[in-house]
Amino acid sequence: MQVERNAADIDGIIDAMAEQLRAQMEAKSIQQPLMIGIHTGGSWVAERLHQRMALSKPLGEIDISFYRDDYTRIGLNPQVKPSQIPSEVEAEDIILVDDVLYTGRTIRAALNEIFDYGRPDSVTLAVLVDRGQRELPLQADVIGLTLDLPAQKQVKLIGPAPLALETNRN
Amino acid sequence: MSSSEQIASTSFKAPDSSRLQLNEQGKLRHFLTTDGLSAAVLTEIMDVAESFSSVSDQAVKKVPLLRGKTIVNLFFENSTRTRTTFDLAAKRLSADVINLNIATSAAAKGESILDTIRNLEAMQADMFVIRHADSGAAHFIARHVAPHVSVINAGDGRHAHPTQAMLDMFTIRQVKGDVRGLKVAIIGDVLHSRVARSQIHALNTLGAEEVRVIAPKTLLPSNTNALGAHVYGDLASGLADIDVIIMLRLQRERMRGALLPSEHEYFECFGLTEKKLAYAKPDVMVMHPGPINRGIEMDAAVADGPHSVILQQVTNGIAVRMAVMALCMGHNAAGKQG
Amino acid sequence: MKIIINNGRLIDPANGVDGIYTLCIADGKIQQIADSAVDFSADKVIDASGKLVLPGFIDLNASLREPGYEQKASIKSETRAAVAAGYTTLCCLPNTKPVLDTPAVVQLILDKAELAGYAKVLPLGALTEALAGQTLSEMYALKKAGCVALSQAPNSNISNQVLRRALQYASSHDILAVLKPEDLQIKDDGVVHDGAISSRLGLPGIPVSAETVAIAQIIELAEETGARVHLTGVSSARAVRMIARAKFTNARISADVHAHQLHLSELDVGTFDANYHTSPPLRTAEDRDALVAGVAKGVFSVSSGHRPHDVEAKQAPFVATESGISSLETVLPLMLELVDDGVLTLVQMVERLSAGPAKILALDLGQLAVQATADICIVDPNASWLVNSDSWLSRGHNSPFFGCQMKGAVSHTLVNGHLVFEK
Repeated sequence: MQVERNAADIDGIIDAMAEQLRAQMEAKSIQQPLMIGIHTGGSWVAERLHQRMALSKPLGEIDISFYRDDYTRIGLNPQVKPSQIPSEVEAEDIILVDDVLYTGRTIRAALNEIFDYGRPDSVTLAVLVDRGQRELPLQADVIGLTLDLPAQKQVKLIGPAPLALETNRN
Repeated sequence: MSSSEQIASTSFKAPDSSRLQLNEQGKLRHFLTTDGLSAAVLTEIMDVAESFSSVSDQAVKKVPLLRGKTIVNLFFENSTRTRTTFDLAAKRLSADVINLNIATSAAAKGESILDTIRNLEAMQADMFVIRHADSGAAHFIARHVAPHVSVINAGDGRHAHPTQAMLDMFTIRQVKGDVRGLKVAIIGDVLHSRVARSQIHALNTLGAEEVRVIAPKTLLPSNTNALGAHVYGDLASGLADIDVIIMLRLQRERMRGALLPSEHEYFECFGLTEKKLAYAKPDVMVMHPGPINRGIEMDAAVADGPHSVILQQVTNGIAVRMAVMALCMGHNAAGKQG
Repeated sequence: MKIIINNGRLIDPANGVDGIYTLCIADGKIQQIADSAVDFSADKVIDASGKLVLPGFIDLNASLREPGYEQKASIKSETRAAVAAGYTTLCCLPNTKPVLDTPAVVQLILDKAELAGYAKVLPLGALTEALAGQTLSEMYALKKAGCVALSQAPNSNISNQVLRRALQYASSHDILAVLKPEDLQIKDDGVVHDGAISSRLGLPGIPVSAETVAIAQIIELAEETGARVHLTGVSSARAVRMIARAKFTNARISADVHAHQLHLSELDVGTFDANYHTSPPLRTAEDRDALVAGVAKGVFSVSSGHRPHDVEAKQAPFVATESGISSLETVLPLMLELVDDGVLTLVQMVERLSAGPAKILALDLGQLAVQATADICIVDPNASWLVNSDSWLSRGHNSPFFGCQMKGAVSHTLVNGHLVFEK
């Protein structure tokens, strides 16, 4: 593995993301968004964003294992965790946070799960890294870092603290 | 002759049972009995059940995990309660569910179990949930289904009722934090109880300090040691130091079979009252698989009292069955794709 | 056909013979037993070097399924399997369809056996009409028609009152009664030994008392009526003690165990393996060891308890399967294994399979003296073979020994001086 960005780099990226999100919330006149991180890497990023933005509503976390579309190929992840969505999502403005945006399948699963809890007014997507190679028509509203990586290359967020972004060599 | 070496070294052939239940990676693919499964496998069921318990908090009480899968509830013995929880669990996983009461259909026409299974497999069933009056029926079916099909035992004769046992373990873990170190007493008709057998194996595997059975000898199997439980003949000594009491249901036909003199005498000796509850630890929890015969197995005051977790058991039943279905089907699917 | 058997080790427990001899056989009888043949020209010479020359085995308890259950087996298929396993005489149980309770059925069975031309079949007629335990069968007529004994086996549904009268009546015609000791009320719906496995698997158990209570009653009734009684298929240690004591005071009582009961125990049922569903049930290792000791001491002869089944009979949840093992072909290797283990001598083994049963049935068989009937099997005690559908002859493949390597095989079998099997 090779370190793509270290903890200090990531801190700076998250600062910038928080700034963009704040601006977007203001533009959309959203006072109290509900932030939800996707287990596990997304939650690490969300924790930091939540703190920097000083959001009043508690941070939520979802585990999308039960909504994955590859269940019949890989089975159930034994470390599946219960989703913790602190308040009703009905009529909420949600900021969904993930670490790496890749095929888009994780985001689709997360959206499906959120909608099974209720109908939010809006969902804003923030990701630390957009690495391309999308398979679904999804895009993020806030992107910390754009990496143009070939399909066989993997990028992974190491955490929970300190955070580091790694890619495999080939 | 090579088989005699096998015979000499045989203890119980539990490994055979677990081989049938686990895939090549040691993951659950059928759930037939708690006997022979490891603590890791049983704990995984409880962990996954915990995740599923939040699904019932959702507005849409469903996850899409088993979308497109067909689950057949194959009940050779009527049981509305058990069938309903399996039905609900399957639907919360978004599976298509077929309920068949064979007691009233094909078996009456002399169709063999295997014919029934073959027919349903031809309709692309992915999982069978089996309830049958004969001990070993679920094992028999699991040995004969196609490789991609999972079998879940919803109760076979006196042998096993593993999902009921696991929902009880899950409830104990919720209330007590851990099964390890607990002293558990099972009261009632252990001889005819598939629930008790599955509970005793699960409790021992999960590290309970002691499992006791309290009943008259007519309601006990001849070799309780082989099950892994200590026998007590009365509640006063049997309940001393006990953390968890599990009551079993008493079938009325036991009186006719000369196993018991009367319901009255049974309640006198083995019925759980508030007074007798005092023999156990102050924070003892009381469980019952339902439906309760109030005034025979226990007082209404105990059944509805602060120690009782009977309704919690019912709620947990759905999450545990979802977990077992999801795990079996996932591992089977994983196995199939290699 | 004139046959010479050379160089074999002849073991004849009835006459106390054990040594290397040459046998000359003609006209269905043994003509000479000597160091070498004298003035005898044979059509066939069998070299039995390194092999055992034994009296043909006599089975006290086999189901041949004909007439009535030909989907399971036939007299032809099973007598053919029998001679390949060293058996020259089989006593067949009366639970045929129609029940073996009339001279017509006796004749049918004798005719079929003769036509098949393998082992001799000696019918055990029904002790009660239709085996229903209500009315006595026409015992005298059955005896005249060719029944070697009468039996209620394989079931035991007969009240003590009817049994007492049946034994009285049988004894007045000097007829042997073959009984399976089993109290049906205590057995109830049991399918396995009432012990560790029944407790663990939740299978209804058969307590040992289901056997011992019946034995106690039969012993008393035998004593009182003076009848000759044979207890077939004994399974428990407590029964061994009771029978040993009873035989000591009443010479008219005898008993047998099935060979597989000397090897298997309740634990072999494992996880509902229906091939181990037997009646009587497989009991504990201690019971099994007591049965072996009983065989060694001469309390028991050994029978096959042969129960060939069709596939469907075992294709169901355990309690719904039919009981029994297709066992004729594994008796010899299983018994030789006990000899290898040193718990039984070769002479004892041969006696329990031939002279012992002959004595119980009061037959002039089971020995190899000059002028004796030439029912002979030649055994290679070291031949190794794999139990599988290629080596198997019985139509019933319901043997728990499939897949096992067995030691000891029959190379030749003669019935009435005719070579009916040669490998």
